[in-house]
Amino acid sequence: MPFHHAILPNGLTVIGELDDQTHSVAFGFFVRAGSRDEPPELSGISHFLEHMCFKGSERRDSLAVNRELDRIGAKHNAQTSEEDTVYYLCCLPEHTAQAFEIMADILRPSLRKADFETEKQVILEEIQMYADDPMSVAFEDAKALHFGAHPLGRSVLGTEQTVGSLRVEQMRDYFQRYYGAGNMTLAVAGRADWGEVLALAERHCGSWRGEPALREVLPARGSHQFRTRLRSDDQQETLVAVADAPPSESLDRYPAALLATIMGDHTGSRLYWALIDPGHADAAEVSYQPFDGAGCAFTFVSCDPEHAPANLTRLRNELQRLQAEGPSPDELEQAKNKTMARIVLRNERTLFRLMSLGYYWSHHRQYLSQEEELQALASVTLDDVARVLRAYPIWPETVYALGPRTDLQPPG
Amino acid sequence: MSTTESYQHRFPNGLTVVGERMPSVKSAAFSLLLPAGAIYDPPERLGTAGVLAEWMLRGAGDRDSRSLIEALDRLGATYRVSAQSVHLGLTAATLGRHLIAVLRILVDVVRRPHLRDDDFESVRALAAQSLRSLEDDPGAKLMVELRRRHFRDPWGRHPLGTPEGVAALTPESVRQFHGAHVHSSGAILAAAGDIDWTALVDAVAELLGDAPPCPEPTLRPGPAGPARDHIAKATEQVQIGLALPMVPLPHPDSYQARAAAAILGGYSSARLFTEVREKRGLCYSVAAAYESFRDEAALVCHAGTSSDRAQQTLDVMLAELNRLCDRGVAADELETMRAGLKSSWIMQQESSLARSSQIASDLYYLGRVRTLDEISAALDALTPQSVSRYCGSLRRDQMTILSLGPRALVCPE
Repeated sequence: MPFHHAILPNGLTVIGELDDQTHSVAFGFFVRAGSRDEPPELSGISHFLEHMCFKGSERRDSLAVNRELDRIGAKHNAQTSEEDTVYYLCCLPEHTAQAFEIMADILRPSLRKADFETEKQVILEEIQMYADDPMSVAFEDAKALHFGAHPLGRSVLGTEQTVGSLRVEQMRDYFQRYYGAGNMTLAVAGRADWGEVLALAERHCGSWRGEPALREVLPARGSHQFRTRLRSDDQQETLVAVADAPPSESLDRYPAALLATIMGDHTGSRLYWALIDPGHADAAEVSYQPFDGAGCAFTFVSCDPEHAPANLTRLRNELQRLQAEGPSPDELEQAKNKTMARIVLRNERTLFRLMSLGYYWSHHRQYLSQEEELQALASVTLDDVARVLRAYPIWPETVYALGPRTDLQPPG
Repeated sequence: MSTTESYQHRFPNGLTVVGERMPSVKSAAFSLLLPAGAIYDPPERLGTAGVLAEWMLRGAGDRDSRSLIEALDRLGATYRVSAQSVHLGLTAATLGRHLIAVLRILVDVVRRPHLRDDDFESVRALAAQSLRSLEDDPGAKLMVELRRRHFRDPWGRHPLGTPEGVAALTPESVRQFHGAHVHSSGAILAAAGDIDWTALVDAVAELLGDAPPCPEPTLRPGPAGPARDHIAKATEQVQIGLALPMVPLPHPDSYQARAAAAILGGYSSARLFTEVREKRGLCYSVAAAYESFRDEAALVCHAGTSSDRAQQTLDVMLAELNRLCDRGVAADELETMRAGLKSSWIMQQESSLARSSQIASDLYYLGRVRTLDEISAALDALTPQSVSRYCGSLRRDQMTILSLGPRALVCPE
């Protein structure tokens, strides 16, 4: 598949992986701004700003943004994480020009005060919605416990207090700092013409200004503390464990991803056989999350509170065993097969391909074709896995328990 | 871009197979629907189909639980065996060349599961815990309880069943259910993607074609209700659900129903999102959708919002529903709805899994697979008058309203 790359005179990077066989085109703006970039008093501002972009520009208000995007049948959304704010859209190729114009337009939002106050209420509702979800609460708390004062420990949504006291002027400053042309990547995947993409980018984004923003990238090692928090009305106990793992710039991310699959894929993994198959828990999964300069692996478990002490012991036993013995050759092959097949399946959808393409470029300033990614996974050896386990032991780890029990003890 | 090719074959025992070759993908997927969903659960054992689906994966044919899952992993299969309301469904996606091998394994799961006593208690424990997790998820819980109250039994059932139902299961009762309901007559197999149709039909003939025909069981509808209810729970937000009857998918007016639901709450410029979220900032999530069984269907609306704004949210939702019924829809709203549905339909062509599920659903509801041209023509034939007329006929007197949270809301009679 042809890959294209250009940098506009204003510093905006444009990349594209074009494919005539797809039915749609997807494009996205990948902004290097997330919760780790926020000073503590502005916690939640990246995510709030993501919402505010959809509230409109000088040219259109929020109702017009929604109406015009829906009118061409575009599937659009945005998401904010610890490191990235991404605006994305997928549409039929005949609507490319129109969809692009709207998307570029909202990336230069008006940030009107009245909209700011209305949308603040929506964000406060979103914070309350997640407060009703035990897994989200446990995830945020465990992340904070693991990373401590490190910026990666901060909440993406922010709190009712920080969001409640944000002012629109602070958001305008934050926007100036992080939404410069030099701090984002425009990525395109699917059925499009590169010449047209570049022409659209120049026409609609050419006047943008702004340099790349500096990100403080400090290494991080987790606290490995144990903590419980009472939620007496919950029926289930939620356990989240966090281990250190390689950062995104390290090639060790491939063995680390396979290790997470071996340990905690939703099916056929060690935790599946230790916790799900015997009926000790109704969820047990491990997810590897690489960040700039640091990484971690989250283990999520949901279980009957009665089983929680035994499950903490089972979890520790499985982690210690994998740490001591490493995976078997069969397990590694199986994890590769699964992971590689899922990549192929996922990439058939233009929107998913866009996400891989954009995130990868945004963090590595490099293009990674599907073939290269599959090759990188296929070539991981047991020695690579052993090296990663030595450098980033999966036990001890930070352990957080949320639910009706207050008597849980650290699992040794 | 080359176009898709479609195929259909019906076996004498009632099993129907449909296929669609999608030239732009390397993957292939299938969806196998068996008439053994939660609607067939014995009333005193709700949760039977759900437990069976999980139990079936614990070893089948000449493979034990572990070698079964390993074999599927080796083939790079993404798969799911689950009880739905009507069907017990098996779906899988993999590279095209592995599709038939995956099908062979999952047919074993259907026809030759071990269903060993030794595995039963762990499967039941899993089901019991999934029910507890549902209690901890207020949004999902609200929707489950809304459907239970709005649709007549058995269509209002949730596949997880009830704690009492799951506790009452025995290995024998679940095995009996398997024997009575899990058979390939009346089943639907839909495959899409990089498929070899001839090889697929040959494989299906060998794997499923010999099963004897079996009549579809008849269901006696039970009562629905109550129409107004509140579930007290100490949550941050109040969850609000509304449902009212619509015509089901096989009905010629179902396009009008789907259009009305989309215009009310199907996307970000739809009325509920505009009025509840964009203009008033009352909540983060608010939406409406059309949900259909073969014989009944509903317009289902949902919002989650903080306690002190819940009454206003419900009032605005009801006002929008009334405006839809009384004043109908405008031409430009219809245009937006068409664009959204058409592009979703076209984008489905990029996912063998999504496409196989869609053609299985078409076959179940309509007895045939609709083409994009047919759907486009039906959407184009809608007019503001026809959709508005349909909205005017909606039975607001048969609306179900349910809330979940710290405080009950004031509902219209």
